Amino acid sequence: MPADKSDDIRIGVFICHCGSNIAGYLDMEALGTYAETLPNVAFVQRNLYTCSEGGINEIKKAIGQQNLNRVVVASCTPRTHEPLFRSSCGEAGLNPYLFEMVNIRDQCSWVHMQEKEEGTNKAKDLIRMGVAKAALLEPQKPIMSPVFPRALVIGGGISGMTAALALANRGYEVVIVEREGRLGGMLLDLNRLGPSMTDALQLAESTVKAVSCHPKITVFTGSRVTGVEGFIGKYSADIETPTGGKKIDLGVVIIATGARVFVPAGLYGYDAERVITQLEFEPRLKQGIDPSIKSVVMIQCVGARNEERPYCSRICCQTAVKNALLIKEKDPDTKVTILYRDMQMYGVENEEMFRESKAKGIRYVNYNPDRPPQVQAGSVLVYNALLGKDMELPAHMVVLSTPLLSREDSDEVGKLIRVPVDANGFFLEGHVKLKPLDFATDGVFLCGSARFPANIREAIAQGLGAASRASIPLSKGSVVVEPIISVLADMDACRGCGLCVALCPYGALEIQKTDKGRKVKVIDVACKGCGVCAATCYQHALTINSFTDNQIDAQIEAFLG
Amino acid sequence: MLDVGRHPNIKLLAYSEVEKVEGEEGAFKVTIRRKARYVDEDKCTGCGACKEKCPTVVPDAFNEGLGTRKAIYSLFAQGIPSTHTIDPAHCRQLNGKKCGICAKTCQAKAVNFDQKDRVVEIDVASIIIAAGYDVFDPSRISEYHYRDLPNVVTAIEFERLLSASGPTGGHLDRPSDRAFEAELAELGKKVEKAQKALEKYEEKYGASSSDFIMKYRSGDYGDDADKAKWAEKFEEFLPMHESLEAMKDKASGFSVAKRLAFVQCVGSRDFRFYPFCSGYCCMHSIKEAIIAHEHGPETTSTIFGMDIRAVGKGFEEYKIRGGNHSNITYVRGRVAEITEGQNHNPVITYEDTRERKVKSQEFDMVILATACAPTKGIIELSGKLGVELDKYNFIKTSPISPVDTSVPGVFVCGCAQAPMDVPESVAQASSAAARAAEIAFHYYSEKEKAVAC
Repeated sequence: MPADKSDDIRIGVFICHCGSNIAGYLDMEALGTYAETLPNVAFVQRNLYTCSEGGINEIKKAIGQQNLNRVVVASCTPRTHEPLFRSSCGEAGLNPYLFEMVNIRDQCSWVHMQEKEEGTNKAKDLIRMGVAKAALLEPQKPIMSPVFPRALVIGGGISGMTAALALANRGYEVVIVEREGRLGGMLLDLNRLGPSMTDALQLAESTVKAVSCHPKITVFTGSRVTGVEGFIGKYSADIETPTGGKKIDLGVVIIATGARVFVPAGLYGYDAERVITQLEFEPRLKQGIDPSIKSVVMIQCVGARNEERPYCSRICCQTAVKNALLIKEKDPDTKVTILYRDMQMYGVENEEMFRESKAKGIRYVNYNPDRPPQVQAGSVLVYNALLGKDMELPAHMVVLSTPLLSREDSDEVGKLIRVPVDANGFFLEGHVKLKPLDFATDGVFLCGSARFPANIREAIAQGLGAASRASIPLSKGSVVVEPIISVLADMDACRGCGLCVALCPYGALEIQKTDKGRKVKVIDVACKGCGVCAATCYQHALTINSFTDNQIDAQIEAFLG
Repeated sequence: MLDVGRHPNIKLLAYSEVEKVEGEEGAFKVTIRRKARYVDEDKCTGCGACKEKCPTVVPDAFNEGLGTRKAIYSLFAQGIPSTHTIDPAHCRQLNGKKCGICAKTCQAKAVNFDQKDRVVEIDVASIIIAAGYDVFDPSRISEYHYRDLPNVVTAIEFERLLSASGPTGGHLDRPSDRAFEAELAELGKKVEKAQKALEKYEEKYGASSSDFIMKYRSGDYGDDADKAKWAEKFEEFLPMHESLEAMKDKASGFSVAKRLAFVQCVGSRDFRFYPFCSGYCCMHSIKEAIIAHEHGPETTSTIFGMDIRAVGKGFEEYKIRGGNHSNITYVRGRVAEITEGQNHNPVITYEDTRERKVKSQEFDMVILATACAPTKGIIELSGKLGVELDKYNFIKTSPISPVDTSVPGVFVCGCAQAPMDVPESVAQASSAAARAAEIAFHYYSEKEKAVAC
């Protein structure tokens, strides 16, 4: 390859002083003289600031006057400055991907401030390696793919409906697929929502009405998504509806499948009669509790924060306090005691509700999970961990606060759309802190209790948030990706083993049947160029543009001298 | 930050304040004061040569006053934009003294001492308030003796001490030890100076100061003025040198903090200050304890709290992991008082509510998990925008429209709305963006329609 064309390669090397950031610690003159001795280098220039307007003009001028066909800038980090240098090459008529950056600031002058000679030698090594790679660079073209202007929302609970409305209000078409016969999700089973004590059914109904009336939203109830093919911008989904199968094109997917409540069979004498869950308690509160019930004991963390389900389900404490307040609202004389491990009343509104409940006479008893409460006929025995005493509390009724569980089929749905679930079966977002509503796979988004138990405020906020994230590709109308991605460089070598497909974190590879047998196919727009596939492929069939085997070999050889 | 700085659709007006907001949803006119940086944004490359040369040293707010910066500065190394700023309160030139070193140093010619505040007006369809919060000042809790006791720090100060780019390079050097070492260095300089002065005499008279003083004391030199001066200098030097050696000896015994205590709900869930729960502090204490343990595997941490509220995704598991693998002990109880024991070691008095006993325990360092206080400027800002605040001065919203303020077209996200952690803030930022974009979409599509008619 380029080795025999080396006469044609003319590399320009620009070495940045970065004021004194680099020049203060490295021998710049030595670097300049050294760069001139490197193979294929036709031009070397040192600049006070290569990134300044003057510096950029020097690069452009040199490309023209010196007939450069490769540019190397030795300066700071590509994270901040590569886009600028690339586009400058482009403006001067050079393909932007015939540019290579060497970081002699972060990797040399900054970390070797006290070792001028060694720092300078390391900078020489890095420049030599960059020049060796630059000689082998190939021009690339950015990849563009259109985005079909329609979103699929899986799940018609409050979070999914909120997401759908937000997108539809921006003018995008939305399809909601709901498994149950009607929209509304868990809100349909709830009474009032804390801390504002909003009527759940009213909220559900008004939202359902807005969704149903919206000209941009199509709803399929009693339906399931059975297949999703494609990638960001170009998905095709199979939907099984009561009136038959449908196939729709779409650009993005939002997962809003919610969660279900743990049923505590065999725990604390659960019988769905006198000993019930908070979810079962909601309709009873709505209808009005039997006036003969004068004492209620609630037990927190039933089936949660244990070995089987180590997580805290976040919303059960606030649910218990809210329902306790509603009991008191109906009959202030009813005794309500909440047995807890930690009261998870985080934030402003919850803690306020917690304080209010104490003022209204709701009592709290701390229990030790090693000595759990015992539900008896008419009472609950509990060891009060703070008083160090056993107590017997009268209990006409016992309400168990059980955690939200991930959907039984979340794993299946995840596989369908090629997104992961976590150890507890909840969908695993792209980054737990910085990308809470995205997946690593582009074009798929997440909100509500499908992600993790969420209260009404959080479910709505996340619905809006997921819509916001999903609207980015929709509003752009196309996805443009850097061409530094995986390519099947050697089709014959690929045996279609699928190892790369299994390891790709972005769902960017698939196996296709071709005339030559099973071969891998790279979905250009989904690929992030991480290189896992190329590193894994034992046939060396896959490679990464601008990080090809021969380019990296050349760098290593240049380093080893 | 980098993405914000680089995004073609984002105009970043840093170091600026909103002066006035007029108009309504879809058509706001916002007047913004762009404060003078005394540095030209278009010219400054952020190289930092100016701050290297600036002679004025100021306590560094970014490092919580634990380190120093110069009068010309950027808030922190990765700050966006990287444009430097002259602090007019401390700059010598701006305070009528002769200096201008930064202007001479700057090769980009970006320093401009004559720069004035500029007022700009922008038209926007919607507004998002993301003004954040303030760290509660724990010196208001007299029984914790923050500021009186050097080794009682806030969580955010501790964050800087843990940071590799912080004032201690990530070593858990105790503030009392650092202060002592600074004193030692100061004295060291004095001793060195005195030594040099003595050396001159020694060279001049060809005798060592200690030999000389013996003779001088026995009256060998009569009333030789120069010799008297030498003797005087040496008499001054002796005690200084002695205390320097003693201090060096003491400092050689210093080690990094190994026994840490984290005090939860400092200013939160406290009727005297903020009755609400700040939500994120339990987790940052656990995180800081885990990181401290990563820095030094012999580090032990005790977290004193009423409830440990590990309610987010993976949080409870993280809490348990901290207990099992990072030497964290969780104690249920509220800390009553922090006093000082030997070696500036803080002593914590608390009730262990599970054992129903009042106990005292000594630590190397105490970290206060301070409350999320509504930011001071929010009252003024909310007044300009006309949005309602709740009784604590967070921006008022309702659970079913979580990012809408009382003014249509004005939205809120993050801790300006209520205390929240990073994932929640990030999610809520997207929520606010969705609502703001909805308004902008309707406004502009209607405008288009009007044009089409």
